[in-house]
Amino acid sequence: MKGFALKGLDREAIARRAAKDLWDGAVVNLGIGLPTLVANYVPAGREIVYHSENGVLGVGPSPLANDVDPDLINASKTPITLVPGASIFHHTDAFVMIRGGHIDLALLGAMQVSAAGDLANWSTGDEKMPPAVGGAMDLAAGAKGVYVLMEHTTKDGVPKIVEACTYPLTAARVVTRIFTNLAVIDVTKDGLVVREMAPGVEFGALSANTGAKLHLASDWRQIGA
Amino acid sequence: MIDKQKASLAEAMAGIKDGAVVLIAGFGNSGIPVELIDALIDQGAKDLTVVSNNAGSGRTDVAKLLASGHVRKLVCSYPRTSGSVVFEEMYSAGRLELELVPQGTLSERLRAAAAGIGGFYTPTAAGTKLAAGKETRTLNGRDYVLEMPLKGDVALIKAERADRWGNLTYRLAARNFGPTMAAAADLTIVQARHMVELGGIDPEQVVTPGLFVDRVVHVPNPKQAGTPG
Repeated sequence: MKGFALKGLDREAIARRAAKDLWDGAVVNLGIGLPTLVANYVPAGREIVYHSENGVLGVGPSPLANDVDPDLINASKTPITLVPGASIFHHTDAFVMIRGGHIDLALLGAMQVSAAGDLANWSTGDEKMPPAVGGAMDLAAGAKGVYVLMEHTTKDGVPKIVEACTYPLTAARVVTRIFTNLAVIDVTKDGLVVREMAPGVEFGALSANTGAKLHLASDWRQIGA
Repeated sequence: MIDKQKASLAEAMAGIKDGAVVLIAGFGNSGIPVELIDALIDQGAKDLTVVSNNAGSGRTDVAKLLASGHVRKLVCSYPRTSGSVVFEEMYSAGRLELELVPQGTLSERLRAAAAGIGGFYTPTAAGTKLAAGKETRTLNGRDYVLEMPLKGDVALIKAERADRWGNLTYRLAARNFGPTMAAAADLTIVQARHMVELGGIDPEQVVTPGLFVDRVVHVPNPKQAGTPG
């Protein structure tokens, strides 16, 4: 199934929109890729505590080249800094936080999300590719809330929001909100509810680019409005 | 008198047997005990099962150990990373058995072994192909997967400071798997950048109590993993 090209928001604008939903005091784990941009757009006046699976709470901005320390990295293995108030702990504690429901939000990328909130983001199922899972399944199963940030379709226009995932699952029924270049969509017990659409996007076109049934909220708004 | 310090890397590696399960601390290139890994290769034990979060990058440290041909099986959460050429070559050629474990489950299986727990149920991986063949139970309406402890015969740990009792501190996020792995092996071998007198680490600041440590070797200028040479 292919839709027609709808551009919508750029990556920074998706991140900016998702950042608006981080509340003051939230403890947040940012996944690899698009979610890492979110920290750049948190509205002023909100303190967010960023968690990294390798044992850091209070991740700060990227260091300047001269300040890079090989023993201060994030889950993507890229250099980080610590904010005042940060703490360092060992791996099991880092995953007690994740698996025990102590992380408020995990913001993750995805290959597919289903109408039931199933998440596929760790494997294409290609048996020839050496596999790697890292902390993806722990975050998806353990964080209190799982938000997905992704392009609405693949580069070829194939919908990534689907009735049932065809890629191997990371976790079942965990995603609660999806931010794409086209829309903000909630996963509810009554199905996928469109809360916001990007400027220029109409519901018919959005549905045509989505592989699962969408419901338009009566009080939907334009993103950024 | 208790003195766990060994005079050389070779002495620290003595007695590791073929077929051993070797826990190697580190995450990415942070906290990898490079000198202990080199010494393990030199020691020569074969048919090893290596438990480590990643599979090394380039051709040094963990990747060098894999390339040595001494490793039969890798238990790992994220073996395929940028530069994991040795792993990819060996895996594709069918020369390395892989057990892929979610990172938190890996850590918790190690902790379970350390704590004498016979197994545990976790929601992580429930309903996914990494739960295939494992017992699943529904508890309070949620699916949980039974996971078994993962005990090491040997653990290789990089510490920042150590005393002769084996009390340890770590440097920044190089701590990662160190404390859990140190407690989860029968023989825990530590390389420490600084050796201090007993009492040289404030008791409140000890991260790994010496009880979990068997041997310590002083490596004052440790190599950074992932850098050639």
